[in-house]
Amino acid sequence: MLKIVHMTVNGTWRELAVDERESLLDTLRNRLGLTSVKKGCEVGECGACTVLVDGEAVDSCIYLTMWAEGRSIMTVEGLKGPNGELSPIQKAFVEEAAVQCGFCTPGLIMSAVEIVGTGKKYNRDELRKLISGHLCRCTGYEKILDAMERIVEEVYRTVNEEQT
Amino acid sequence: MFDIQSFYEAKSVEDAIRALSQDEKAQVISGGTDVLIRVREGKDAGCSLVSIQKIPELKGVELTDSGDIKIGAATAFSHITNDPLIQKYLPMLGEAADTVGGPQIRNVATIGGNICNGATSADSASTMWTLDAELVLEGPEGERIVPISQFYTGPGRTVRDRREICKYFLIRKENFEGWHGVYKKYGKRRAMEIATLGCAVRVKLSEDKTRIEDGRLGYGVAGPTPLRCRKAEAVLKGSRVGDMEAVERFVETALTEVNPRSSWRASKEFRIQLIGELARRALKEAVERGGGIMNA
Repeated sequence: MLKIVHMTVNGTWRELAVDERESLLDTLRNRLGLTSVKKGCEVGECGACTVLVDGEAVDSCIYLTMWAEGRSIMTVEGLKGPNGELSPIQKAFVEEAAVQCGFCTPGLIMSAVEIVGTGKKYNRDELRKLISGHLCRCTGYEKILDAMERIVEEVYRTVNEEQT
Repeated sequence: MFDIQSFYEAKSVEDAIRALSQDEKAQVISGGTDVLIRVREGKDAGCSLVSIQKIPELKGVELTDSGDIKIGAATAFSHITNDPLIQKYLPMLGEAADTVGGPQIRNVATIGGNICNGATSADSASTMWTLDAELVLEGPEGERIVPISQFYTGPGRTVRDRREICKYFLIRKENFEGWHGVYKKYGKRRAMEIATLGCAVRVKLSEDKTRIEDGRLGYGVAGPTPLRCRKAEAVLKGSRVGDMEAVERFVETALTEVNPRSSWRASKEFRIQLIGELARRALKEAVERGGGIMNA
């Protein structure tokens, strides 16, 4: 049975008719065409479907769309600048060669948004733990961690410069 | 699409109990990180879900007037770990919560679900045992308080009725004030892993830090349910900090109180090894946290 659900998706308020049995992953991909959200394991193991719900990274494959009622969802599509430019996090991933096949990338980038958003500085070990909910079968994670380290450092520096 | 019969978002605890009472096939869903996996595997396929995710009174940590701590059952693990009250009074519970799954799971999985699932491997359970946590359940017949020691009845089974909602956990002041503890999880991986064994040790040291006035030992996966080793605790009680013979008696006694089995994750023999070793390590760290010096 279709039900009406309201949520903000990448800054836009949406009213959608969805099946109550639907995962947020399916709604975002199939109803809204947000294909950056990848369908991987479908059991919350691989992290490819990670999106932000009210600023927190969640596996959208095991998150019912009905729970998104009144909440704010963000996917990689919501990161681009006014003229379609990449966000600093995406740039860091590109420049550090943290992307190979790219399947895990959107999920990792959304986790990076959450991590960077805390404004805290993390060392490599801490970052390793913070991305442990993502599987990448290409890179061996080192390049991803390079990108994460760089962006965390950049944001931390900017935030502190603004404060002083 | 999940293979579920229906979905209902409860507006309040009473509303959830009513919905559960009306439909025999209905079960509670909170964070969904276990329930939806079971549905996906086909185990709970076709069930009706009553969600308690949007009931504000079930979330958050608070300090009561009497100085006890109340943890809402639908509080997500990451919110427990980051909560200032938990960091101040129950850092061990915040650390145990931080070992569950991965970051995205911890943002939605709840402590109520972890306990109510009845899994022996639940990372928060052994710590909750050593804290003598009490569960406040509400069902059609009203509210009742169940100590965690009386909650589990078998693997995946608890005294909670299908229609009952676990509202919050109560941890009494006397169970955390002056205590220090450590949770040790052993798994083959450091993340996204179900515990092969979990061990929680809490100690209360004498003022001069030379005696263990009281101690507690809890385990996950050392038996069909999470458990406490009360005889081992009695051995530890009153012993001198650094008395390694007492530590060995403590470990030996603990081994008489557990009942691990072989599973595809590990053999019984390996679990027995872990039960002893993790207790030794957790005890040492717990004592050190309390300001005592353990010569290992």
